[in-house]
Amino acid sequence: MEITFNGRPHELTAGTSIQELLDQLRLDCLQVVVEHNHNIIPRQRLAETALNDGDTLEVVHFVGGG
Amino acid sequence: MQITVNEQNHTAQANETAGSVRDRIKADADLIIVNGFPASAETLLNNGDQVVLIRRGEVPGADELDALLTARHTPGVHEAVKGATIGIAGVGGLGSAIAVALARTGVGHLIIADFDIVEPSNLNRQQYFVDQIGLPKVYALRDTLARINPHVRTTACHLRLNPANIGEVFGHAQILVEGFDLADQKVMLIETFAARFPDRSIITGSGMAGFGPANSIRTQRVANNLYLCGDGTTAAAPGTGLMAPRVGVAAHHQANAVLRLLLGKAPEDEA
Repeated sequence: MEITFNGRPHELTAGTSIQELLDQLRLDCLQVVVEHNHNIIPRQRLAETALNDGDTLEVVHFVGGG
Repeated sequence: MQITVNEQNHTAQANETAGSVRDRIKADADLIIVNGFPASAETLLNNGDQVVLIRRGEVPGADELDALLTARHTPGVHEAVKGATIGIAGVGGLGSAIAVALARTGVGHLIIADFDIVEPSNLNRQQYFVDQIGLPKVYALRDTLARINPHVRTTACHLRLNPANIGEVFGHAQILVEGFDLADQKVMLIETFAARFPDRSIITGSGMAGFGPANSIRTQRVANNLYLCGDGTTAAAPGTGLMAPRVGVAAHHQANAVLRLLLGKAPEDEA
C-alpha cells in the first residue's frame, strides 16, 4: 500500500503501525510529533494506530534549544 | 489647523507655538516633541504636525498609553490584538523574547508558565536583568512586561508543565507558543495541547542554536494547526551554543506568526 509521508509517496506493508514505521526509519518517538490524517497522535497511541492505504502522515522532528 | 497631541486630534490656531499648545493641553509637561524631535516652546507649528507632550517620570493613563504605544502600528492591528489571550510555555530565550514582543504589540493577556529561576548564564540571550538573578523567571518577566505596558495582563504560573496541568494552565489561550529547551518536552507539550484543543494553533521553535545564517530560520506549517519556526536541525550542543541573535530571530518568527494568525493571515505565506 501507499501513504503520503511528509508530502511524498511512501510504500509500506499493509497493517504497519505508526510506531513500526518510526522504528524502520529510526525515528525516536520522544523527539517527533506525528500527525496522522490531520490529527496529532499522542505517543501512547502510536503502536496501536495502523496505517491504511491513502493515509497522510506528517512526522516533525524536534531538536533541543530555546 | 489640525495637529495631533499625544496621538489625539486637536485644532490649533494658525501659527500657534508648541509652548502655547502645551500650556493649553498639558501645562505640566517638561518635554515637547514635534514630529519626532525635541522642540522649544517657541517652535511654530504647522498643519498636520505631531506633538507629544511628556512629563518626565509620569506614567500615562490607560487610554493615552494605548494610543501612544500603538501609534506606529498599522491601523486596525491594535484592535485585533487587544482582546487576545496567548499562552507561552517556557520563558527562556524564546519565550521571554516572544512575551516582550507581544506585550509591545499590545496583546491584551499573556499566560506565561515556567518552573525555572533566572541564572547568570541566561543573560546571554534571555530578557532578564542582573538584578533579577535568583527570581522565578515568570515573576521577573511579569515585572518587565508591566514596565513596558502596564495595561497588558500577565498570568504568571511558576510550575513545571506536564500532561496533567497543560490543559488547565492554557485553557484560555487561543494560541499556544512553545518556548521549551528540550526536544522531548516540546513534543510532550504539543501532543498534550493538540489532544485537548485540536482546533487551536501551536507555534513551536526548533533549530536556532549557533551562529549559522539568520536566513536559514523559517516559519513553516508542518501540520494542520502546527507552525514551526527555526532551521529545523541546529540543536543546542557543545560547540553550538544558544545565543541572543539567532534565538531572537526564531523567537520573533514565533511572535510574528502569532500576530499574523490574530490578523487572519497564514503565518507561513511569503506574500
